[in-house]
Amino acid sequence: QRKESLRSVSVDLNHDASLLIDIPDALCERDKVKFTVHTKTTLSSFQKPDFSVPRQHEDFIWLHDTLVETEDYAGLIIPPAPPKPDFDSPREKMHKLGEGEATMTKEEYTKMKQELEAEYLAVFKKTVQVHEIFLQRLSSHPVLSKDRNFQIFLEYDQDLSVRRKNAKEMFGGFFKNMVKSADEVLISGVKEVDDFFEQEKTFLLDYYSKIKDSTAKAEKMTRAHKNIADDYIHISATLNSLAADDMTANKKNLEKLSDLFEKFRKVEGRVASDQDLKLTELLRYYMRDIQAAKDLLYRRARALADYENSNKALDKARLKSKDIPQAEEHQRQCLQKFDKLSESGKKELTSFKGRRVVAFRKNFIEMAELEIKHAKNSVTLLQGCIELLKSN
Amino acid sequence: MADTARDAPPEQTDFHELEDGEELFPEPATTQESQPASLAAEDISTNSNGPKQDSLFDDDPEDLFAEATEEVSLDSPERDVLLSDGPSPAITPITPPTSVITPRIGHTHDDMFTHSSFDEIEEEEGGDSFDIHISVSDPEKVGDGMNAYMAYKVTTKTSMSLFKRSEFAVKRRFSDFLGLHSKLASKYLHIGYIVPPAPEKSIVGMTKVKVGKEDQSSNEFVEKRRSALERYLMRTVKHPILLKDPDVLQFLESSELPRAVSTQALSSAGLLRMVNKAADAVNKMTIKMNESDAWFEEKQQHFENLDVQLRKLHTSVESLVCHRKELSVNTAQFAKSAAMLGNSEDHTALSRALSQLAEVEEKIDQLHQDQANADFYLFSELLGDYVRLLTAVKGVFDHRMKTWQKWQDSQMLLQKKREAEAKLQFTNKPDKLQQAKDEIKELEGKVQQGERDFEQISKTIRKEVSRFEKERVKDFKTIIIKYLESLVQTQQQVNKNISYIFHYN
Repeated sequence: QRKESLRSVSVDLNHDASLLIDIPDALCERDKVKFTVHTKTTLSSFQKPDFSVPRQHEDFIWLHDTLVETEDYAGLIIPPAPPKPDFDSPREKMHKLGEGEATMTKEEYTKMKQELEAEYLAVFKKTVQVHEIFLQRLSSHPVLSKDRNFQIFLEYDQDLSVRRKNAKEMFGGFFKNMVKSADEVLISGVKEVDDFFEQEKTFLLDYYSKIKDSTAKAEKMTRAHKNIADDYIHISATLNSLAADDMTANKKNLEKLSDLFEKFRKVEGRVASDQDLKLTELLRYYMRDIQAAKDLLYRRARALADYENSNKALDKARLKSKDIPQAEEHQRQCLQKFDKLSESGKKELTSFKGRRVVAFRKNFIEMAELEIKHAKNSVTLLQGCIELLKSN
Repeated sequence: MADTARDAPPEQTDFHELEDGEELFPEPATTQESQPASLAAEDISTNSNGPKQDSLFDDDPEDLFAEATEEVSLDSPERDVLLSDGPSPAITPITPPTSVITPRIGHTHDDMFTHSSFDEIEEEEGGDSFDIHISVSDPEKVGDGMNAYMAYKVTTKTSMSLFKRSEFAVKRRFSDFLGLHSKLASKYLHIGYIVPPAPEKSIVGMTKVKVGKEDQSSNEFVEKRRSALERYLMRTVKHPILLKDPDVLQFLESSELPRAVSTQALSSAGLLRMVNKAADAVNKMTIKMNESDAWFEEKQQHFENLDVQLRKLHTSVESLVCHRKELSVNTAQFAKSAAMLGNSEDHTALSRALSQLAEVEEKIDQLHQDQANADFYLFSELLGDYVRLLTAVKGVFDHRMKTWQKWQDSQMLLQKKREAEAKLQFTNKPDKLQQAKDEIKELEGKVQQGERDFEQISKTIRKEVSRFEKERVKDFKTIIIKYLESLVQTQQQVNKNISYIFHYN
């Protein structure tokens, strides 16, 4: 059921039976996560119809980077690379818990430990799914699904790290760095000829900073919910201790109250995790997707700059009456590249908007429905306890 | 809208291109059948005079926590007898002295106080039903600069014949409350009565108010203090003995009150208090009492455990308050951010949905803020009050020890004097002998008094503890129920606000 929630960030994936990809399981060894990438295909380009390979996070990054650096895909939105698995938060909390063990009862410590293990598991599941979605975006794309490197990634049953090193030597990561730092400047600097792209540019630049902010704020909100759930654990445990020491008729009341907070904290925990998956993760995913769209605009802007430079070079050549055919050919190529990027880019950006709207809608509705459900559950729990206390 | 970029169209199940005019949030198939439950009418906002305490004062005959059933398993059989009507029969505390002395009713401290005996008063309780409600309100800054102070209006509503009128109000300042407590403590603590402690001083908090900072934190401070003062007064008058104390009556009724100067933190009286407290602490360590009454030992242990647990619970609830406030702030920030995102969004329906989300989150952040206040004023302050009350409870146990020590000291002195007298018998010093005999007579009186004091304080403490425990259970139950109801209301409101999204338009 958890799988469903994250996949809804991109609802139109993995429907094409000719190439189905999933990550059925993964192993966590200290800091390294080993994903099992499973492929089922009817395509003849693959050697087998059903196979699995082990992959690390770095392999996914390699695949993403090679796609970004492929000229032919310059006009496409390359699905954002999955973020590195980050277990820092639960690990730190586990450490703090260990330090504070002496101050809690055994029962309290056990519950807190269970909570942290659940958190650890949640991070783990999230990272599996975000890697899975990356691959599924590729397999659903008419052009990218046919990429040779993608096929190698899926099929090559040896360690990919050798290939990864070669790629690094070839490109040196230079291109990527340039894209990241220069895109804003270049995009705003270029004189736009096409209304559509002019609007997209304004929209994406602004939207990116806003969605980045919203993601951060949503995360803080989710974390506060989680902290409250943890407080309820401590409150429940102490009430239980009070109940144990109490010899009067009040004992049952204290036990009931302790029990209430224990159940209540589970509901709060679910509120936190639902909000996390359906709001924070949704925003985070589309923030990265918007960045990918911006990268497309950047590549197109660079192509436009190249085209304008080629025009200037042609004029110069005509002036000097030297190397005119080369200059003409260069200019023609630049124009062709630019036109191709523009045409492809327009399609990609339009479908991107559609995808975004559908995903937001689905997640918001699901989140609202879940929050209503949780609120109702809470009310039932609370009223049950109130009745019991009043009747006693 | 433009068509998709892919060659193969995806399954059309979820993918439904929204027209610009269409709503993002349609009526869902799973609309709630029933309306959100009606909202609790009770207003628990802090604008009212703290948690409504009316229900606390009903003498509830059906209360399962009535004296007869409480703690039967633990106590000596005499205990039940103590709580029945009529004059107290002889108690037999098993204490070191061999004689059994029947405590005389109304015998102690008539010279110090003007009220009638304690025992008689307690019987009266059944007659004049306990009906009094005190509220502390309208904090008003009086004066300027460092001499400024907050004046609070203390309103009493009552039908008890004890008071001249049924409704009246006076103006009091914080040091007046401290003065009242100081008087009550000096009169009643050392004979075993659990005098509710006054709210704590706060030099930092008051300085801000004096300096004239009209900001959120100083307003919160004043409200916190107002609420604490109200609870303090209510706890004080709930005590049947304290209620009838002339200082209490004067505090509630008289328009002018002599200024209590010795309550200032840095006054000479204040310093003297600190010194005395330190001396007491040292003394406590050196008193080794032969506790032959298991009840006292058990109770002391019980209160020690209770103290530890309540402090722990208090800390957890304080953490909850803090996190709830954080949640409120974070939700508000998210709401603003979502609104900005909605403005930036170019798809009309999604833009509107984001704006709606922002509106809802803004309402919810206010709900979280209200809940944080309930967390604090109902749950946290309740625990804080009881942590402080337990200090007073432990104090009366300590006073009992001191009383025992005083009695023992007199006894030892008497023993010495008798030995000395015996020696003097063999000398020919008739004056000295007479002097010795006189001293012995005096000391014998002191020893008897000492024993009586000890028995009286023991008896009083038993009653007080029983009353305290009963009150504590009732108090907790009432306030916890209120607190849970506040949580219910918050959840219902959250529900209402989120459902609103679906009924938009």
